[in-house]
Amino acid sequence: MASPTTAEGHGSEAPDPGGLGRRRFLTFLVAAPTLTIATKIGIDTVAPEEAEAVIPTPPGPAEILDLGDVLILSNAPTANLLVLEVREDGRVRLELPRTEVGQGITTANAMLVAEEMDLPLDQVDVVLSDARSELLFNQLTGGSNTMRSLYTPVRTAAAAARARLVATAAQQWGAKADRLSTRDGAVIAPDGRRADYGALAKPAARADLGKLTATPKAESAHKLIGTPQSRKDARAMVTGQLKYTLDLDVPGAKPVMVRRPPTINGTVAKVNNEAAVRAMPGIIDIAVIKTGVAVMAETFGQALDGKNALDVSWNGGTVDGENNATIKKKLQAAALPFVVPPLLTQYVDGEFDFAFASHAPLETNSAVADVREDGATIWSGMKVPILAKQNIAQELGLPENKVVVHVQQAGGSFGRRLFSDGAIEAARASKAFKRPVRLMWSRIDDMRHGRARAASHHKIRATFALGQVLTFEHRVASVETDWSHGLGEVLTAFAAELPVGGNLSFAQTVFLLTVKSPYNFGVTTQLLNEVPVDFHTGAWRSVYSASTRGAEEIMVDEIAAKLGKDPVEFRREFIKNDRQRAVLDKVAELGEWGKKMPKGFAQGVAVHGEYKSYTACLVEMDARDPKKPRVTKATIAVDVGKPINPRGIEAQMLGGLTDGISTTLTAGLHIDKGLPLEGSYSQFHYARQKNSPMDVKVFVMPETGEIGGAGELGVPAPVGAIGNAYARATGIKPRSFPINFPIDFEPFPR
Amino acid sequence: MPNYTFTVNGKTVTVDAPADLPMLWALRDKLGVRGPKYGCGINVCKACTSHLDGEAFNPCVTPVSDCSGKEVTTIEGLADGEDLHPVQEAWLEQDVAQCGYCQPGQIMAAVALLKKTKNPTDAEIDAIQNVCRCGTYFRIREAIKSAAAKM
Repeated sequence: MASPTTAEGHGSEAPDPGGLGRRRFLTFLVAAPTLTIATKIGIDTVAPEEAEAVIPTPPGPAEILDLGDVLILSNAPTANLLVLEVREDGRVRLELPRTEVGQGITTANAMLVAEEMDLPLDQVDVVLSDARSELLFNQLTGGSNTMRSLYTPVRTAAAAARARLVATAAQQWGAKADRLSTRDGAVIAPDGRRADYGALAKPAARADLGKLTATPKAESAHKLIGTPQSRKDARAMVTGQLKYTLDLDVPGAKPVMVRRPPTINGTVAKVNNEAAVRAMPGIIDIAVIKTGVAVMAETFGQALDGKNALDVSWNGGTVDGENNATIKKKLQAAALPFVVPPLLTQYVDGEFDFAFASHAPLETNSAVADVREDGATIWSGMKVPILAKQNIAQELGLPENKVVVHVQQAGGSFGRRLFSDGAIEAARASKAFKRPVRLMWSRIDDMRHGRARAASHHKIRATFALGQVLTFEHRVASVETDWSHGLGEVLTAFAAELPVGGNLSFAQTVFLLTVKSPYNFGVTTQLLNEVPVDFHTGAWRSVYSASTRGAEEIMVDEIAAKLGKDPVEFRREFIKNDRQRAVLDKVAELGEWGKKMPKGFAQGVAVHGEYKSYTACLVEMDARDPKKPRVTKATIAVDVGKPINPRGIEAQMLGGLTDGISTTLTAGLHIDKGLPLEGSYSQFHYARQKNSPMDVKVFVMPETGEIGGAGELGVPAPVGAIGNAYARATGIKPRSFPINFPIDFEPFPR
Repeated sequence: MPNYTFTVNGKTVTVDAPADLPMLWALRDKLGVRGPKYGCGINVCKACTSHLDGEAFNPCVTPVSDCSGKEVTTIEGLADGEDLHPVQEAWLEQDVAQCGYCQPGQIMAAVALLKKTKNPTDAEIDAIQNVCRCGTYFRIREAIKSAAAKM
């Protein structure tokens, strides 16, 4: 993905182009390794005429059309290609063209089907579709988009099935369809006759029923949607029966692990002791593949021993000279300049750094592959399986229709499984070994050679006068985030629909479609500039928002302090949106904002809005030891517009909170000579039970309207709230994240 | 290769394996017992937590030879047929699992804790080191307390 570049640049303000009076287009032309031009409609930066009124900020692109809207748009042509089947045993099976990685979408979609068909929830089975090329863009699990994009199509499919079942019963009984009703998985006649869906399943498929029209039930008639439901797959999980990729039994498939280079993207020059490793117990075969040296063995334990015993000479990688300091320098140089000089007005400036963060799903990158001369079958947890299928076909030199890609439920993702590199690597290994493989990455490799949230540097400046915020500028410089997993194609195909102008890169487009400021802070600009350093990066739950909005929420507290205002009162005054204000009010009330705390303890608060949803988080922190702060209590309120499964939404917010605790306080990657030093959870300090609050309350707001996203919503507000609590408890302004980030371990050998 | 005999979930099994093969791979790759999960291989994530003679152990760092003649219980052996263990029931009641991958280990760790102490304190629950990358810790805490109350 190329970013436009320019040699020189400066901030400039264009003349009033369209007679907009006080409104002007502000254009920014900018200097950096990569160029950025962005235009935004702004309002002149002058002192307010009336000191009392907040200075309105015009809507940002993400408020007009967000990334989720773009994904829905891209799915529209294929939205009716859902597969829903009524079986003879009366169960209804929905093939979900998305990937379950823990977010609860199989349960939520089962609820939609059960609701629409008047069927008990436990009669609905939701399975994950294989890669289906004909779905084009409509098999991408990302952008907090599943329920937003499927809410209407799934109900429509279920409504059509119900109408067909009813019409079939009507035909059999010689009754009028509109006199029949459905209940508990059966069609019921006014005289009490009853036909189970199972009995109607076959005739309904055959019957000539003429032209049927079916529209989903009125939302006011919903009884199940909006009620808290437990996960349908929970029993399989707690009994150890749920099959993740490497729990599958594919005949003949043997364990394979890969010895990887000492630096990212290094390549094999020579294997120096192949014969000795082949002689080790359990070793079956060894092959050099694109990403390293693959070792096949009878057990993973032996494959791991074999891979560790290999002596390999390596060629260099793509970032061998990079370390924390070089990256920070590049990011600082790349952060775009502010436009508004701090003249005549008061101002607050802040600079923030966020480290790389591993996705670190607990199930490491893994896949099963059976590659033959004339075809291939792959199993893996993939969020963009169609692209994986295309890539694997290309890699193997097979036509796409000879590659079958099964999507497995996965042990976490957080963005990681947007990339199907494990599946592609397994295909390569199976091809090289000429037999089926079960490929597993070691944890160390998963952390060091896997994907990570890109490190970023942030400059924020706010100016204010007479109690009003006049301008709010945020310049984000980030290591390039890799969008090559299919989202870029969606954005290209729908470029004409996007509310962003200029020659923006995919990343800048995504940034503008996801990040927005919830405040009336006068002229507001949020700009991203990327540094093209070839790390393995990838969207990490909430993408740019966790760092961008988290840092902003910390600045909001600092602006409030300068103006002598309480953080909650200040936010209430300047928040644009009533729903955003309502969730803030809710946490302030439930979390007892402002209560007295002992020395070393403090509350912190923050808000966030994204994908048409709104949240607020209030935490209490024990920071008596600033090196070991603990969030002791969290109160979260969330408004997703239309909650489908409140229990699942609470779970998502709890996960977002733990992500916020981790990345704000302790979890990050140090880079040294082209490789992360961290190689396991003993080094990458993702939160454990002892870092987690003893009290968490999540309040799901009643329905307010259109369905919004929930999967990524929950991270940014905790980042801000935790930062603010830390500042209030310790008096230390947090600027670099994670806050406590020593190299407190002996790195594993490379 | 030597043979090692032990029981897994009440069944006597014999595996032919090198003495130093970690038990996790004897279970998963030789015996097809796939409830215990790999997460780190060095006993820091605890996803493989199972029981050896009734006490929590981590098969990823326990050689198969150390299990000879002992009783191994994995998540698959916790329930009594269709009747779930109270800790499993509590996990369902609290809707703990998200991706679910760490949960067999979390449950086995919780069961081991409740064997040692009937009413664990918050500090004792804090001492459970099993990583949950989905961040379900608060629900895990609630589920342990709920199971303790019922047991």
